[in-house]
Amino acid sequence: MSLFKLNSRPTFFCKLRLSARSYANDVKKTKLHEFHVRHGGKMVPFAGYMMPVKYADSIASSHLHTRRQCSLFDVSHMLQTKIHGKHREQFMEQICVTDVQNLGMGKSALSLFIDDQTGGILDDLIITKTNGDYLYMVTNAGCKEQDMRMLTEQLSIFKSSGQDVSLEFLDSDEQSLLALQGPSSAGVLQSVVGKSTDLSGLYFMDSTTATVCGVPDCRVTRCGYTGEDGFEISVPSDRVEAIAESFVAHDDVKLAGLGARDTLRLEAGMCLHGSDISIDTTPVEAALMWTISRKRRDERRFPGASAILKQLSDGARRKRVGLVQKAQGAPVRGGAVLFNPVNGEKIGSVTSGCPSPTLSQNIAMGYVDSRFVKNGTDILAEVRGQKIPMVITKMPFVKANYYSKPK
Amino acid sequence: MIRIIKVTNCIWRNANHTQRLSASALRFSTSNVKDRYYTEKHEWIDVKDNIGTIGISDYAQDALGDVVYAELPSVGTEVKIKEECGALESVKAASELYSPVSGKVVEINSQVETRPALINQSCYENGWLFKLELSSLEEIPNLMNEEQYAEFIKQDHS
Repeated sequence: MSLFKLNSRPTFFCKLRLSARSYANDVKKTKLHEFHVRHGGKMVPFAGYMMPVKYADSIASSHLHTRRQCSLFDVSHMLQTKIHGKHREQFMEQICVTDVQNLGMGKSALSLFIDDQTGGILDDLIITKTNGDYLYMVTNAGCKEQDMRMLTEQLSIFKSSGQDVSLEFLDSDEQSLLALQGPSSAGVLQSVVGKSTDLSGLYFMDSTTATVCGVPDCRVTRCGYTGEDGFEISVPSDRVEAIAESFVAHDDVKLAGLGARDTLRLEAGMCLHGSDISIDTTPVEAALMWTISRKRRDERRFPGASAILKQLSDGARRKRVGLVQKAQGAPVRGGAVLFNPVNGEKIGSVTSGCPSPTLSQNIAMGYVDSRFVKNGTDILAEVRGQKIPMVITKMPFVKANYYSKPK
Repeated sequence: MIRIIKVTNCIWRNANHTQRLSASALRFSTSNVKDRYYTEKHEWIDVKDNIGTIGISDYAQDALGDVVYAELPSVGTEVKIKEECGALESVKAASELYSPVSGKVVEINSQVETRPALINQSCYENGWLFKLELSSLEEIPNLMNEEQYAEFIKQDHS
């Protein structure tokens, strides 16, 4: 047996494999490391941090618990950044695709950092226009160094023209990030926030500050990476353990790790940067053009605009699609090649795949030639020499359960 | 997920072991724990009358988590030592199976194909994977016995 391949962030894992021993010394720990170990977390190196991949429960049962009740995830490995200054919105519009100036106060959006030359996706992120005098964003742990370098470079160019903006990277030793995800998470969180915070008025992708477990000024954003209602809660690291203990003391709350996080996000049809999207894929190919507003497209000034708009009008040669396996069998994983069942030609490849704990079916995400993107199209995936029938299927695979504002 | 750092100096060969093998294991008399041998890839083999029963260790099933799919070699397949001959899939990952020794597949446990959870529930009994008719008994002494494997896992963890 070969135990195990963690199916994500190939660049990081290549690095790790090359220098397993020396690199081990550089792997950081979040402030919850002892907490995870105490609660039975199986710790693995991931994106430069030791993180829990699972706890005592299996990944599948942890996954189902999140869908039915709620789970607490430590996501402090991700990079939190505040952007200050009078021209912060203009600055962010230069490097990400979001219409920041028209984003409502206290609203968050999924955004993308784009390579201006190729239109490739450098990272995906959540950007928030806070009610305070700063923007707040959360970017991927696996892209941390690259993002910080890009942001710093862009900042110095931007400031050289006399603009007022500054960046504040929040180190995980100072600021931690928790994700409380699942249908019971609102009830659980409401029980520990101050009376002045009424979560029934905080809708999907709204962000506010609240006193959480007696800790003032925690940033609470109603978002997540599971397809469920839930919150990401940014808290000072010196209080994070007490807050996490308060959550897990609640009957509905269990801890969940990277394993369940990955299967939950795949069921929700969400991309993992480094697997499903990367510098080699554009928002057109990745079906993420919805992150770029009409106004920004019309202005043609977002990063990568010329490459992306050209591809949009010419048509992309491949698209990201969902795949469901028709029969039970070997799950199709990232890297599997996809074929046209009629003539056996290669038509694409899988970027993520797993057995879906909710659907009890194998699901996957990947890129196929644009001639095959229609839902219901039959294709074949190769696993260890066998051709496995799959069908192109609309994502999300499992219906999202967000707390959205009534229309 | 679980990374197992390869410990290169652990293939165990010494006189005591060989002696013990010839005295006891090579009689293939019981399916006792002491007759079970292990690979660095966490397969076990129990040899009786030239037929080896193969499965994965308790450590491996625990590391793998809930097995959802077992792909076993076909009966009649000739496999070589350390050759990839199947795979076990959990929610998170696929893990290849390697044959501990050379031989011909004479039987597979079709129960684990329909109920892969047996591998987690009973990895040494009902969750066995396949049986081989051994080409040679000479490959057996290169495997680890119970104590050596326990030590190997400890090193693996450190």
